[in-house]
Amino acid sequence: MQFELVSPERKLASEEVDAVRIPGADGDLTAMADHAPTITSLRPGILTIEMSGGERNFAVTGGFAEIGAGVTVLAERALPVADVTQEVFSGWVAEARKASDEAVDDVADAAAKLLADMVAMGDTIGLSA
Amino acid sequence: MPNLKDLKTRIASVKSTRKITKAMQMVAAAKLRRAQDAAESSRPYTERFNAVLGGLAASAGGSDAAPRLLSGTGSDQTQLLIVMTSERGLCGGFNANIAKLAKTHADKLAGQGKTVKILTVGKKGRESMKREYGKYSIGHVDLSEIKRIGYADAARIAADVLKRFDAGEFDVATIFYSKFQSVISQTPTAQQIIPASFEADAEASTLYDYEPSEEAILADLLPRGVATQIFAALLENGASEQGARMSAMDNATRNAGEMIEKLTIQYNRSRQAVITNELIEIISGAEAL
Repeated sequence: MQFELVSPERKLASEEVDAVRIPGADGDLTAMADHAPTITSLRPGILTIEMSGGERNFAVTGGFAEIGAGVTVLAERALPVADVTQEVFSGWVAEARKASDEAVDDVADAAAKLLADMVAMGDTIGLSA
Repeated sequence: MPNLKDLKTRIASVKSTRKITKAMQMVAAAKLRRAQDAAESSRPYTERFNAVLGGLAASAGGSDAAPRLLSGTGSDQTQLLIVMTSERGLCGGFNANIAKLAKTHADKLAGQGKTVKILTVGKKGRESMKREYGKYSIGHVDLSEIKRIGYADAARIAADVLKRFDAGEFDVATIFYSKFQSVISQTPTAQQIIPASFEADAEASTLYDYEPSEEAILADLLPRGVATQIFAALLENGASEQGARMSAMDNATRNAGEMIEKLTIQYNRSRQAVITNELIEIISGAEAL
């Protein structure tokens, strides 16, 4: 199954994979070959691809994934987990926190959730918010 | 006839101008390659994004509950023109062409009794729109500090535009930028971004499951779509600017070369005339003896 991870600025990965674990907005899902065609939005989290050579992890902060014959993930920001330094992560959290603080009414919940997801992602990869 | 010394200084000054334009041309060529690479590598995202969004819009667009970014506000009274130009000049007709297209558009809309608002991106566009169209201006985005346009810059512009849209400041937004065709040809283009317009033949191919729901995803994607389109336009503009600068500087270099040739001929002629004159004086002096 073909997997592509693209950001607006460049293509980050294009691999032949066995499975992709996607941090969907409604919960994680794993896409393998012949998955039902699905489009899901992403929450901040860790995206994992499994292939014959092992696994690779990417940190994504949002976007969406299209599951069809292959999996295409369109992420606004994505980095290999190893490249997410404390500094980068703190920047993301600060941004999410600012958005959450400024948000009012109906978007406040979504912004708060985004921040919580962001912090949870940091816990997973061992970075503090 | 100018004296020899004047000619000599003029030749020297045109020569140094030629050196500068030549250097600018080469710098523009290098930057053009980088700008084209950037535009190239953003293409996969834009294409996939538009395909997915187009499919979604086709299936959801007809319903009454469609988001306003897609269906519009039901009016086209207030029009926002987003004029994107460069921060620097010396790039031929690049900025003038974009401004001209925007002005024609603004005049047409004003003639139809619509309210026109203008948001400029890039210093050169603001300068050329300021005099006659300054009254329409509602803002300016300064990109002069930014060396390399990133998605974050586009997202910031988009956020500003969306905030204005939500506040009901305008009904329709159109971006003006220059499409890169080749080094010698860039086409000024107007493209409507709000309400979003998609090519009608966006294949309603596969039937997808949507998580969380079709509406939620559409509502999530449409604002991103605005940012994506602005980003794509900024990149096109970047490549066009460098292309235009390259050919403008190429012309300037060639013109300087021609001028140097002409001035050199003139210089040689006047020098010869001086020599001949001196000879005549010496000979006639000798004859008089």
